[in-house]
Amino acid sequence: MTEIFGVPIQAFMGQLTIGLVNGAFYAMLSLGLAVIFGMLNIVNFAHGALYMVGAMVSWMLLKYAGINYWFALILAPIVVGLLGAIIERTMLRWLYQLDHLYGLLLTFGLALIIEGLFREAYGSSGAPYDAPDIFRGVFDLGFMFLPKYRAWVVLASAVVCLATWFVIEKTRLGAYLRAGTENPKLVQAFGINVPLLVTLTYAFGVGLAGLAGVLAAPIYQVSALMGSNIIIVVFAVVVIGGMGSIMGSILTGLALGIIEGLTKVFYPEASSTVVFIIMAIVLLIRPAGLFGREK
Amino acid sequence: MKRKLMAVVVSAALAAGMSVAQAQEGKLSDDVVKIGVLTDMSGVYADYGGPGAVAAAKMAVADFGGKMFGKEIQVVSADHQNKPDIAKNVTLQWFDRDKVDMTVENLNSGVALAVSALGKEKNKITIINGAASARLTNEDCAPATSIHYLMDTIALGNVVGKAIVKDGGDSWFFLTADYAFGHSLEKDTGDVVKAAGGKVLGAVRHPLTTEDFSSFLLQAQSSGAKIIGLANAGANTVNSIKSAAEFGITKKQSLAALLMLITDVDAVGLKTAQGLYVTEGWYWDMNAETRAWATKYEAVMKKKPNSNHASVYSATLHYLNAVKAAGTDDTAAVMKKMREMPINDMFAKGGKVREDGRMVHDMYLFQVKSPAESKAPWDYYKLKGTVKGDDAFQSLANSRCPAFKKV
Repeated sequence: MTEIFGVPIQAFMGQLTIGLVNGAFYAMLSLGLAVIFGMLNIVNFAHGALYMVGAMVSWMLLKYAGINYWFALILAPIVVGLLGAIIERTMLRWLYQLDHLYGLLLTFGLALIIEGLFREAYGSSGAPYDAPDIFRGVFDLGFMFLPKYRAWVVLASAVVCLATWFVIEKTRLGAYLRAGTENPKLVQAFGINVPLLVTLTYAFGVGLAGLAGVLAAPIYQVSALMGSNIIIVVFAVVVIGGMGSIMGSILTGLALGIIEGLTKVFYPEASSTVVFIIMAIVLLIRPAGLFGREK
Repeated sequence: MKRKLMAVVVSAALAAGMSVAQAQEGKLSDDVVKIGVLTDMSGVYADYGGPGAVAAAKMAVADFGGKMFGKEIQVVSADHQNKPDIAKNVTLQWFDRDKVDMTVENLNSGVALAVSALGKEKNKITIINGAASARLTNEDCAPATSIHYLMDTIALGNVVGKAIVKDGGDSWFFLTADYAFGHSLEKDTGDVVKAAGGKVLGAVRHPLTTEDFSSFLLQAQSSGAKIIGLANAGANTVNSIKSAAEFGITKKQSLAALLMLITDVDAVGLKTAQGLYVTEGWYWDMNAETRAWATKYEAVMKKKPNSNHASVYSATLHYLNAVKAAGTDDTAAVMKKMREMPINDMFAKGGKVREDGRMVHDMYLFQVKSPAESKAPWDYYKLKGTVKGDDAFQSLANSRCPAFKKV
């Protein structure tokens, strides 16, 4: 059998595919963070908690209201987005003129509170959430079995990521947004409601986290603590890609998922650290990140 | 600071003197029997021990009658956040300042090792329930002050390892949590598998914070082993099992969850967990006595207890009975009574505390029911076998406990 670095090529391809699936999650979460940071200059530490809320809401919808996965896919991000709008209107709004640190501290505090509330209500071990029946089973790719649900996750996240990139970089709405953050006073003078635009941006950014949460619910255990592990990695992804760079965060997310997957084969003990090693190296060589522009 | 310390010392001495004068039926060192429940109240193991363990200890006190020699028995609790340094600080304060006589539960092997060492130093009784490392009664034993009550990595490996090899599962690959507990569980189970004539084909070690286990499981899959042994716990085990089902690995290979409690089964759900082998020291639906206790527990906690909760109840009650029998809360006298008196309650029948600090009781091999077999919430297990305590736990002859060897 052909081998790559002493690993059979089939196993190698399998790990690449799995890395791609994880990368899809990283991409979607870091995209939301990048949008929020790029437009609002807020380092949103509540992102992981809101991802968890997305998963929790879809579980609660099923448990208490019998609402299935497909509706949850729409409803849960809206619920999380509304929560985000409330947070932005009532709290974050006052911090835009201050140092980044204040936004970071506020959102970090919020994350602890949100996680604490859910843990208090539902315990720490979480609950299972089943994927819809049409995703039961696996695709036989020849070199591995790929669960249908994971294939769907990659597809869904690719569509969402590209759509977001397109809206922000290629449409008029996106142009308003970018202009609004560059020079809010001037844009307002043209009759555009900048504060509303900012609220919507934050709501959209955390809505993406909520959507990632729904997508993750059938794969991982739905629990109050699910966001706290992933958020640190996602931050590293954003830093490597370049804070605020939309395409950068998408590509970096996918690439790091794959690198992490390969590390799990060659040196599994380091799989939780490899992202941070790369982050340190990138920061040394390109402090603005791979896709970021120095200001 | 010095003055404060003096005040504490003087008042403690006064209190001690007074209690001697006041004692009618028995002697209490500082006029109170106080039990400290140290556990993870908010982290990954909060459902494994947590508030349920505190409730179980309080139930034991209530069932004992609430009073010792006419004095109210007190229960205090603290959250160690799975950090041995915090655990050590809290316990030190309990022993030195708060008149705590005994600590119970102490889950998480790192915490348990720290607390047991402190109890040895301060001559206070520490009962370890939720932690599993067999080091507690071997290299790091403290037989004069510490009791390891529920299970350990050797017993877990013994029960499930032997049973599976006998069933034809003779080639193993381990998925191991990369820290002390995981390593010793992997080693102890591997030894059992090899002794029973099986083979260990390899292992992959994952960091404790891993969320996605699919890469590791693919490696386990390509090893071709019949059995994938999960030498991890809690959320790691839960996520490993889910991924294995998702990737269709369980069609050709079988999983053996080496440390899994019923609360984890509840978290995974029967649909995914069905067919798994689980080793536990207790199950709520074994007989009328266990069911009665579980009903009482459920009235407080709104869910069924796991074996850890039941063992905290049993350990607390056994301690209180020993204090009563000894007529004092003096550590050596109570430990002596705890070793002498057999444990016969809803948790264990004929359980005994051995000279090395190991509480020996029967262990059970369960298989998780399918959703169709399960008739009610928490109706999860089929009993597949009972292993006598002396067969499940390490024999005294093999003990690596230095203090015990000298005796």
